[in-house]
Amino acid sequence: MSVLVKNIFRFIFLMLIQVFVLDKIRLHQMITPYIYIIFMLWLPFKTNRTVLLILGFVLGFTLDSFRHHPGFHAAACVLMAYVRPFLINLLIPQEGAETNYEEPSFKSMGGILPYLIYAGTLIFMHNFWLFLLEAWQFADGLYFLLKTLASTAICILMVLITELLFSRNQKFKTNTI
Amino acid sequence: MRNIFLFIRTHFNLLFFLSLQVISIYFIVNYSKYHQAAFGSITNNFTGKINANYNNVQQYFHLKQTNDSLIKANELLYNQLSSNFELPDTAKKSVTDTVMVDSIKQYRKIRYISAKVISNSITLQSNYLVLNKGLNDGLKIGMGVVDPNNAVVGIITEVNEKYAVVMSLLHKDSHISGKLAKGEETGTLNWDGAMVNYITLTGIPKSAKITKGDSIITSGFSTALPKGLKVGYVDAVFKETSTNLFRIKFKTAANFYNIQYVYVIENVDQEGVKQILDKIKTQP
Repeated sequence: MSVLVKNIFRFIFLMLIQVFVLDKIRLHQMITPYIYIIFMLWLPFKTNRTVLLILGFVLGFTLDSFRHHPGFHAAACVLMAYVRPFLINLLIPQEGAETNYEEPSFKSMGGILPYLIYAGTLIFMHNFWLFLLEAWQFADGLYFLLKTLASTAICILMVLITELLFSRNQKFKTNTI
Repeated sequence: MRNIFLFIRTHFNLLFFLSLQVISIYFIVNYSKYHQAAFGSITNNFTGKINANYNNVQQYFHLKQTNDSLIKANELLYNQLSSNFELPDTAKKSVTDTVMVDSIKQYRKIRYISAKVISNSITLQSNYLVLNKGLNDGLKIGMGVVDPNNAVVGIITEVNEKYAVVMSLLHKDSHISGKLAKGEETGTLNWDGAMVNYITLTGIPKSAKITKGDSIITSGFSTALPKGLKVGYVDAVFKETSTNLFRIKFKTAANFYNIQYVYVIENVDQEGVKQILDKIKTQP
């Protein structure tokens, strides 16, 4: 399956899961589970930065249109898309590792820990920015902070489970040929 | 000039990022204005279709609760049937009617339009319901929405040809006016975003007598919701230290977890009242 088709399917599938499964669940007032951000995490390494930003905006805007208040998720996803390349540059183990593999995963990031830092930081930024934008009307510092941390923890857990359930076969591509 | 282009080229991604953020925040702030644009109705059409398909499956799981609430509503209506009442015999007394207006003739002030809920959110800070009827069925922005047992659900905020979006009571910007059924003191309903089915009523003076379980009803001050519709029952009363007001936490009469069918209230006077209000606003 080509990269484009694979990502289109991912987009639709994750969006449906988010809107029709996770949004219907009410775990606790502090926790809003988000899984659609996996789309952002799993995009190929070599995606153009401008394309990344556009994809982030489209992703967030699609979720927003299901919630009838545009802007919140679009802003959070664009922030994620902007930070992602910097984070990958910081965390990738050796020079050129991003050309050996296609997408970020346990294997291509060189272990579970770097991948967790990568996913955790992006999810935290998404939640922080999202809840901050919502909190303008809400002005309650502790509530906001607790909500961000609790939601981030649950999101990371869900990303881990998804990663283990749907293991992606990452082929090692030699860059010598 | 060349330097400007060079700057834009080197920092293109940063500038693009910032402009996308500005667009997003513009959407957040100018939410209502944005939705008057044609673009909003396109996204609503699209998401509405998906939601309608999903609801076809999902409604089977709520059939029991739906039946129960319909039976309750039916019971209420049967009890109001005119055949249940008998008029006292007043034929012997004759009074000359001096009123020049035909006082027996009634006119309809409120009409109920039934609609099915095809999407309902409760987990967010701003919750909306989507109904399967729109402009084609006579729904308009600003109409009130109640559940089958006549308990307030929300107010319509967006309509296109086929679908209508309702701002639920569980929305941080929803400020419907309500009052105590017992003492007639009026206040404003707010949702703090913490618990589903629990809303606060503010603006009730401390002189009011409140006990747990008291009914809260609509005040009828807005044209959207007529007076006397159930809103909820008092759960806890807090005294605010800085003001002379109570903060009342109450449980909503409508159960937002499983709303399947609703009635939209069409107020015949709404247009007339709105015209007068607009006239006042335009006067200097």
